Amino acid sequence: MLQEGKKRIWSDYQKEIADDHFFYVRSCIRQSFFPGSEQFFLHFMKNVLGKDVYENPSHTTCTGIGYHGDVVPLATIMTVVARHFALMKESGYKNIAISCVTSFGIYTEIIETWKHLPAELDKTREYLCKATGREFDVPENMAHTSDIIYKYRNEIADKAKYKLINLQTGEPLNVVEQIGCHYSKMFPKYGVGGAEFPNVLGGMITSWGGKVVDYPERRHCCGFGFRQYLVQANRGYSLSNTVKKFASMKPFKPDFVLTNCPGCNMFMDKWQYTMKTMEGTVYGDNGESIPVLTYEELAGLVLGYNPWDLGLQYHMVQSEPLLKKMGIEYDPGDKYKTKDGRQMPIPQNLINA
Amino acid sequence: MPEKRKEVIIIGAGAAGMEAAGQLARADYKVTVFEKEPKTGGHVKDWYHLFPDSRDSGEVIEYLDKQLDHKNIILRTGTVVENIKKNDGTFVVRTSDGGEISSDAVIVATGFDLFRSERKEEYGYGIYDNVITSSDLEAMFRKNEIKRHDDRIPEKIGFVHCVGSRDEKVSNLYCSKLCCVTAVKQAMEVKKHIENARVFCFYMDMRMGGALYEELYKESQERFGINYIRGKVSEVSENINNKLVVKVEDTLAGRPLKMELDMLVLMAGMEMSESGLKLAGASGLKTGENRFFSPADHHFGSNKSKIKGVFYAGACTAPLNITETISHARAAVADVIDYFRNPKS
Repeated sequence: MLQEGKKRIWSDYQKEIADDHFFYVRSCIRQSFFPGSEQFFLHFMKNVLGKDVYENPSHTTCTGIGYHGDVVPLATIMTVVARHFALMKESGYKNIAISCVTSFGIYTEIIETWKHLPAELDKTREYLCKATGREFDVPENMAHTSDIIYKYRNEIADKAKYKLINLQTGEPLNVVEQIGCHYSKMFPKYGVGGAEFPNVLGGMITSWGGKVVDYPERRHCCGFGFRQYLVQANRGYSLSNTVKKFASMKPFKPDFVLTNCPGCNMFMDKWQYTMKTMEGTVYGDNGESIPVLTYEELAGLVLGYNPWDLGLQYHMVQSEPLLKKMGIEYDPGDKYKTKDGRQMPIPQNLINA
Repeated sequence: MPEKRKEVIIIGAGAAGMEAAGQLARADYKVTVFEKEPKTGGHVKDWYHLFPDSRDSGEVIEYLDKQLDHKNIILRTGTVVENIKKNDGTFVVRTSDGGEISSDAVIVATGFDLFRSERKEEYGYGIYDNVITSSDLEAMFRKNEIKRHDDRIPEKIGFVHCVGSRDEKVSNLYCSKLCCVTAVKQAMEVKKHIENARVFCFYMDMRMGGALYEELYKESQERFGINYIRGKVSEVSENINNKLVVKVEDTLAGRPLKMELDMLVLMAGMEMSESGLKLAGASGLKTGENRFFSPADHHFGSNKSKIKGVFYAGACTAPLNITETISHARAAVADVIDYFRNPKS
């Protein structure tokens, strides 16, 4: 495989990412399933890099899941997004930082629609004004938060306490990068590195010492795919997509999967429990399942943060095998304790625990 | 006082330019041929055998070289023509070395560029070692070495038709016309080199619109057992054993197909040459939606530009095979002579 060919493609897809004054919009499901990720992003940006990142308490869901599930019409979601832009304008921000890949896809799709069909933009202005009396501007700069961590990947590498190296073998860790479909497949120009060979997560992995695994089903859907999962009768299809991915990556012996999409993280993590329970199948080396991390969690680990402060214990597949490979120190007794030291209930049937 | 002998400048020394030069020289016109590359012969010299009769391309080159070998022809290789300016019925051509030369007529024969296959990112050309182009395969034929990157002989080989042709995503809506028959020819050639190879052609439509093409297509199936699968390849990747994994929709069977291959050949289409595009922009020559030079009239003036005295020859106007290119070049010569004899018509 020729890395130069990938570099040539990446040079064609360099996006401009703002470096300060972000209007931050959270994800609906990331806050619930891996809450340490967004928390770490805000801490890193504000306290480590000293950036201005603002959250508006009136921000709501983008309704993307409803839109893709055919229960929210296009005119409605455009108005909801316009309201977010109005909140941004009222707060005095022009750069939007989006935590969720579904939302990111929604924002890009809507902005592109407005560019090509200005009448839709006019209609949206009218709907928002009638509904709320608000006015909005289209953001000057739009980045997914993985773009922002990508932008600062070398600063993180400079401050790194741990590298993506297997301490026992001295070899780089094999990392599967799982890019959300709605990050750049619809509009390659909005993604770092484009759609076919994106570099947003690969850039972090290599900067932090790891090796990216390029396996045959790399581009395939994680198994979320909205209708595959939201319609209960289709869930077998969702699972079969995830099985296809894991079976394809298995020969490459990945040490972990890195994701930038809440759906990918949730499904690649939780379906491993289902696959193990239904079939007794695991796809990692040494009879283990493969930990699935968000890029914020990984950045936090590399920088030496306590894995339990980053929320790794909230995944279904536990990360201890990875922590050991990287030589990360942790206290197993703290895993399910609150910050003030109270013991929380310990979940049963976790994988790799 | 005898009339001054007319002079013609030809831009490009591929098949069209060389043929036109020879025809004009024999008709006693003075000809200067500019070629941007160090060697003449255009794309023909990079090919091994030609369809439909497996003629060695060297024979065509030999014929074209003879056309240029004439006392009335001056050949200037390694020289790019930057623009053409018309001045009172005389044409002044400016070259990359800062020179200027004038003539009474100009034939533009800038040919085509092969589509840069790396632009179809999903096929992984330039990334996966065993994804090659039709042009790369011709070079292998010439060396009599069809090998994978790891020196192993490929046993299972795929051909992807329409790479950069009939493809809105790369702004090429037109058919390059020659890739289908080239794939048929190359697939047969592969089987001649590697008897046990299994060969698959992934096509949208088999466009066999030339003399003996259909016969070649039939022979490829009956005699060589080439498999034709109607469907567009959607993506290529590599597995742990360094085999290529190709996903394609088999539209006749009505189902997706995933196949492991040892080698994949991309049938690169034809595009207006970059040098032709620059020349068009700098000289006020019209190009069409397909970006090739747009003739004054598609039926009656396919060699004429909108500038009187500037003519087109060959694949700078559209994808053409060698036979068509040579005929087109001869027609350009006929138009030049008619222009000299009847300047007011």
